[in-house]
Amino acid sequence: MALPNLWPALIDLVAVLLLALGIKGLSKVSTARSANGLAALAMGLAVLGLLIQQPLSSQAWLWIAIGTGIGGLLGLLTAQRVPMTAMPETVALFNGCGGMASLLVALGVAVYSPGGAPGLVEQISIVISVFVGAITFTGSIVAMGKLQGWISTPGWTQNSLRHAVNISLAVACLAGAVTLPGAMAGPPLWVLLLASSLLGIGVTLPIGGADMPVVISLLNSYSGVAAAAAGFVVGSQLLIVAGAMVGAAGLILTQVMCTGMNRSLVSVLFGGALGGVAPVGGGGDGGGYSRITSCSPEECALALEAAERVVFVPGYGLAVAQAQHALRDLSKLLELHGVEVSYAIHPVAGRMPGHMNVLLAEADVPYEQLLEMDTINPEFPRTDVVIVLGANDVVNPDAKTDSASPLYGMPVLEVDQARQVFVVKRSLGAGYAGIKNALFELPQTAMVFGDAKAVLNGLLSELRSMGIGKK
Amino acid sequence: MSALTQALWVLLLGSLLGLELIGKVPPTLHTPLMSGANAISGITVLASLTLIAQANGQVPLLLLGSLSLGFALFNVVGGFLVTDRMLAMFSRKSSRSGGAS
Repeated sequence: MALPNLWPALIDLVAVLLLALGIKGLSKVSTARSANGLAALAMGLAVLGLLIQQPLSSQAWLWIAIGTGIGGLLGLLTAQRVPMTAMPETVALFNGCGGMASLLVALGVAVYSPGGAPGLVEQISIVISVFVGAITFTGSIVAMGKLQGWISTPGWTQNSLRHAVNISLAVACLAGAVTLPGAMAGPPLWVLLLASSLLGIGVTLPIGGADMPVVISLLNSYSGVAAAAAGFVVGSQLLIVAGAMVGAAGLILTQVMCTGMNRSLVSVLFGGALGGVAPVGGGGDGGGYSRITSCSPEECALALEAAERVVFVPGYGLAVAQAQHALRDLSKLLELHGVEVSYAIHPVAGRMPGHMNVLLAEADVPYEQLLEMDTINPEFPRTDVVIVLGANDVVNPDAKTDSASPLYGMPVLEVDQARQVFVVKRSLGAGYAGIKNALFELPQTAMVFGDAKAVLNGLLSELRSMGIGKK
Repeated sequence: MSALTQALWVLLLGSLLGLELIGKVPPTLHTPLMSGANAISGITVLASLTLIAQANGQVPLLLLGSLSLGFALFNVVGGFLVTDRMLAMFSRKSSRSGGAS
């Protein structure tokens, strides 16, 4: 190898090394932030290495500037503006765009063959890149739409019809794929493109909101595969290795998340929405509950005032109501009053595993007060008051006792062991799993109906009017 | 060794490395890790840039390459920044509880 050619290769090697260290570091709390910076640096190096390798015309530079300007600016603005509560759908959006990028490259090479007629390897890579890229894009967009509440789960996707639809689409993809090499820019390419795009929608649409994080993680792994395939298309080893790395690491992360939620990947992908077929009683009409005790914020405040040990169980509803700051204020007030306060964090609390930790950290809740499920569960019997804020399925005692429940076997927070439980909820509507929660009917449970933020502020003013917090 | 075999070796070793990199991840980090890995998958910027470099003045190719570059960079820039935003909150916490960072 001649000496001048050595530099780009060296830069590529360093970039791969830094990317690997970045991914590794991201899995430890102490190193995560610097690891993220390291990965970003690696990406910059990789781009630099490519730019000094390729002779670029001024016209090419212009188009690079346009793409960089628009994409980079939009990315910057999105990253700065998006609220922490909307993190899952943001990741889905970014991910879909990554898939789209690989797809567009493959289309460009297929239609215009810039590097001469593509050989068999390039053709196969184009097929994979279009297929995976399109599924990643439409799947991620559907996932985002469902998380945002823009798209609901249509009824037909909950019966076996969807399998028929998806299998036909898969067959169409296959037909497009095998006939593609004969006519590179012809109909097979467009059949493949269309069928893969629809397949991405078809497989994501039936999946329920609770399983969406797993789907996003899986799609994230796919976008790595799409990048690796694009690496074969344009002949970039760095792209192949980085894409493969992210693809494989994403797969492991998906598996880790499934374990945390007590779901198998197969049941997430093919099982449809958990219990989504017949939501109990629909919206907020009581859903078949009897023996419900409801109480006002005043009564709840009185119980808090008398308590020695209080545990908050924050859930999705807290995130939606943006009530994490009000919650922090309330616990500060209780601590001033001498109450021992902690937070019970279920592994899938919030909208993605780890999401609740991010939200509470944003509200300045001390790290030591956030207790994970295994730590807090033995503590519930000696807890005076538990306040469940917008969580539902993760505190359902049926998961332990009722083997007929769809939740059976899922690890839950054992709040039913506490002396008194208040559930702050907007209505008796079902959770993601669409089933009744036996906790709500227990004698020690009282429901406080209302928006989490409004109830918390109500509690705050009640406690203040009792003279708590005044020195 | 042909270019193809070499590329397949790279694919194999890259996948194996990826499988080994993540072992045990605390649930706290699932969201940031997913977001960070997602930013890295935007490495497909390299493919977009190569497409532009090989376009040889063909405007449709330049356009496709530029569009693809835009999408990929949206993924990369947004992904890394948003991951940093999330992780910044953790480091603020650990510095208060006396941890190093």
